[in-house]
Amino acid sequence: MSAAVPVIAGMFDCRDAYVRAVEELAEGDDRIVAVVNDSVGSSKLGKFRERFPTRLINVGIAEQNMVSVGAGLANGGKIPFVSGASCFLTARALEQIKADCAYSEQNVKLCGISSGVAYGELGATHHSIEDIAWLRAIDKLTVIVPADPWETAEAIKAAAALDGPVYVRISRMPVPAIERPEGARFAIGKAETLRDGDDVAIIVNGTLVHRALDAATALAGEGIAARVINMATISPLDVEAIAAAAATGAIVTAEEGLATGGLGGAVAEYCAENSPVRMKMLGFPGFLPTGSAKWLMERYGLTADGIASAARTLVAGKRS
Amino acid sequence: MGSPHMSDSAISANARDSFAKRAEHVRERANWMRRRLLKMIVDAGQGHPGGDLSSADIVASLYFDILRIDPKDPAAPGRDRFVLSKGHCTGVLYTALAASGFFAEAELDTYLKPESRLNGHPNRAYLPGVETNTGPLGHGLPVGVGIAVAGQIDNAAYRVFVLTGDGELQEGSMWEAAMFAGHRELGNLTVIVDRNRLQQGARTEETNSLEPLGDKWRAFGWQVVEVDGHDHAALLAAFDAAAEPRTKPRVIIANTFKGQGVSFMRDQAGWHHGVPNAEQYAQAIAELDAEMGK
Repeated sequence: MSAAVPVIAGMFDCRDAYVRAVEELAEGDDRIVAVVNDSVGSSKLGKFRERFPTRLINVGIAEQNMVSVGAGLANGGKIPFVSGASCFLTARALEQIKADCAYSEQNVKLCGISSGVAYGELGATHHSIEDIAWLRAIDKLTVIVPADPWETAEAIKAAAALDGPVYVRISRMPVPAIERPEGARFAIGKAETLRDGDDVAIIVNGTLVHRALDAATALAGEGIAARVINMATISPLDVEAIAAAAATGAIVTAEEGLATGGLGGAVAEYCAENSPVRMKMLGFPGFLPTGSAKWLMERYGLTADGIASAARTLVAGKRS
Repeated sequence: MGSPHMSDSAISANARDSFAKRAEHVRERANWMRRRLLKMIVDAGQGHPGGDLSSADIVASLYFDILRIDPKDPAAPGRDRFVLSKGHCTGVLYTALAASGFFAEAELDTYLKPESRLNGHPNRAYLPGVETNTGPLGHGLPVGVGIAVAGQIDNAAYRVFVLTGDGELQEGSMWEAAMFAGHRELGNLTVIVDRNRLQQGARTEETNSLEPLGDKWRAFGWQVVEVDGHDHAALLAAFDAAAEPRTKPRVIIANTFKGQGVSFMRDQAGWHHGVPNAEQYAQAIAELDAEMGK
């Protein structure tokens, strides 16, 4: 973990890193079980089921029961990874997440698969762009949005090691492996500065991290030094990193979800009260039109260009 | 596999005598719980007396005879689990936990007071002996099913008991859980339905009817037992491990009356919430004393 993270070229589906991490954990710990809602395929847990048949619990198409059964399994000494499409897991079973997992302080790991707009053309019922807003409103629930395969695996391991309820948002939108400095470590609640810069800070997570790095590269060519902060943990929030970002005088947030109530909202809440600063929050506005995931990201400026453009505007305002 | 209905003839005369003896102790404890929880409600100025009183005999039977739990080791992995799915009935749960030694009886005086561990709905972070935080209906059974699945995977000896209200069975999540428990053949799981036939506002059958209730559970793969939910010997017989089918989950439909033990509360929807005034409280205590021959 302390060695440099090898960066392999190509694009990756974080679900693969997720299942590998869960299988690896399960090899060494009998308490690890997986709970699914007929989602063995979409959660890529077929191999887990082959290897640990008694530890794959499929409740069928019943998300409320899935989450409560997960809480019960935790009561019975298990460490359940409850996996389902994040739109159904977090919306249909929201009260179960609140009461049975978070308020009951049960050791349940909730894994929202195919989050954000991964389901593209399937429409707003299948988009999970509200999940961060409603889950970060729940006390005692750790919320993590990893950016790439390495961070996904690290987040899963960290979630297993933490005694308490955790939500991990797992994308199926292809992402590249993020280049990280020697000795990079993942820690829950600790933001990661991937690039330094004092003209503007770009705070992102998940599928927006590589886009923000590309934006920063473009901005550097124009003489704008952009800091890129990967805020993988939304709850608890790394407020020191936000305070430091505010000191640049300009913050852009970007996320594959609603900006209001999401990461952008979280950063804005902190800054409004503690360090008022120019901000631009990039994200989705609400129910979205028909279109592929890629088209939707472009349509709403959730691209390197969109981030760079927002940063330019803020920096110009700051300098004028 | 035995008959889905248990009849008296299935219980030997010896067993009946033994249940009757054990039932005497449970009867005394249930009477104490009723008096104590009414005092809590009067002192707090709020509570749910109707459902507390309808389920007092069920909860007393479990805590003072059936459950293998140790207040000195409340999180022991092998403990039996009791889940109060009808989480608003904290009067019965808190009195049972206090009398079982999970906390000092004097703490019952703090019921619903600021910073009290005795919240209006149970909280496991506050109080030892609470398995899961219930309150919104339709949660306790699904969580209980999860505990039973863990026990099944581990081949553990513990049993899981879940007390639900009857109105609570209008929640869809209860049937998601019931279906899955039947599918998994969770022989370590017992559900008790506090069948008092009243929900908050009116009779269950006038609101959204539950009957034929036994058939519904049978269709989901459960063994169904019907008992008089105020007959302690019958409850103990129904809870007896020897009577368990082991290959099926089991539901005990306990026919009860809301407000049982206090004449003016009995079978009255209005006492779902409700706080007796001084005169009513005195009458209630006098009736409960008389029941014990005092």
